[in-house]
Amino acid sequence: MFRPEDPLAPRDPVFEEPWQAQVLAMADSMVQAGRISASDWADALGAELARAEAAGQPDTTATYYAAALAALETLTTKATPITAEELAIRKADWTRAHERTPHGQPVRLARDAD
Amino acid sequence: MSTFDSKHAAGLHRHIHSHLPSDAALRVKALESLAVEKGLIAPETIDAWVEAYSDHIGPMRGAKVVARSWVDPAFRARLLENATEAIKEFGFEGNATGHLKAVENTATAHNMVVCTLCSCYPFSILGMSPAWYKSAAYRARAVREPRAVLAEFGVDLPEDVALRVWDSTAELRYLVLPQRPAGTEGWDEDRLAAIVTRNSMIGTERVLATGGT
Repeated sequence: MFRPEDPLAPRDPVFEEPWQAQVLAMADSMVQAGRISASDWADALGAELARAEAAGQPDTTATYYAAALAALETLTTKATPITAEELAIRKADWTRAHERTPHGQPVRLARDAD
Repeated sequence: MSTFDSKHAAGLHRHIHSHLPSDAALRVKALESLAVEKGLIAPETIDAWVEAYSDHIGPMRGAKVVARSWVDPAFRARLLENATEAIKEFGFEGNATGHLKAVENTATAHNMVVCTLCSCYPFSILGMSPAWYKSAAYRARAVREPRAVLAEFGVDLPEDVALRVWDSTAELRYLVLPQRPAGTEGWDEDRLAAIVTRNSMIGTERVLATGGT
């Protein structure tokens, strides 16, 4: 059920979380730079959205951005030198970096072993 | 370790993990840092994009285009002929929009835009799309039962008004030109732009309100 726009309602924030904006920013920047094509991006996003819907995911903004992130990961590992393995290792590195950084301090990746 | 210590340790552990970004945020950090290292994207481009689309770029850009199309017939003709070219005079065409097509509402025709595949949208002139535009429900129902969808949006479209639904793609996106409301004769472009809503430029609103402006 849709509703007319309420001109008096406070404006919703454009993004619910910063990473959502970063996903679209990266996708658009890679399209602009010719790293991926606009159609490939639309197709990958469409495929992830269809998959989420088929899996019974709720029809929400959170589901949309999760699909966008999955689409960007898929396209990046297909069309750029970044591999899925590198992504997994780098994610683990960031997780460790967050765990060992005191709250309030800038989080940096350690280049040498912990 | 005493019971107290182990409880304390468990509490500390929870405390630390409560500051951990979400799984999605960590995956995005991984992607971004690798893409920057490999020279695929520039971090300042990403930051500038996020700031622009979070705070600055919104439907007011499209509203200015619509307002000019109401007061300047030559511009309107150029806009309907080739919107991508015509909006260059505003200086905000943006590559992000791809090719843009303007479609005009008349007394006997209404236009409505959807992206059935994903969420293609002219975001360089309308800002980020609303949540409902991205929803599976809108993407499916806008083509299956567009008049019912319009009714939910508060648009009571008479049967004799033709309805055309445009399916956006990565290469071709649409801007609906709503009709200029009666009672706005003599208004300047800025005043007119202020009454043009985002939904009217997507086609889920038809009659623009002029009250209070």
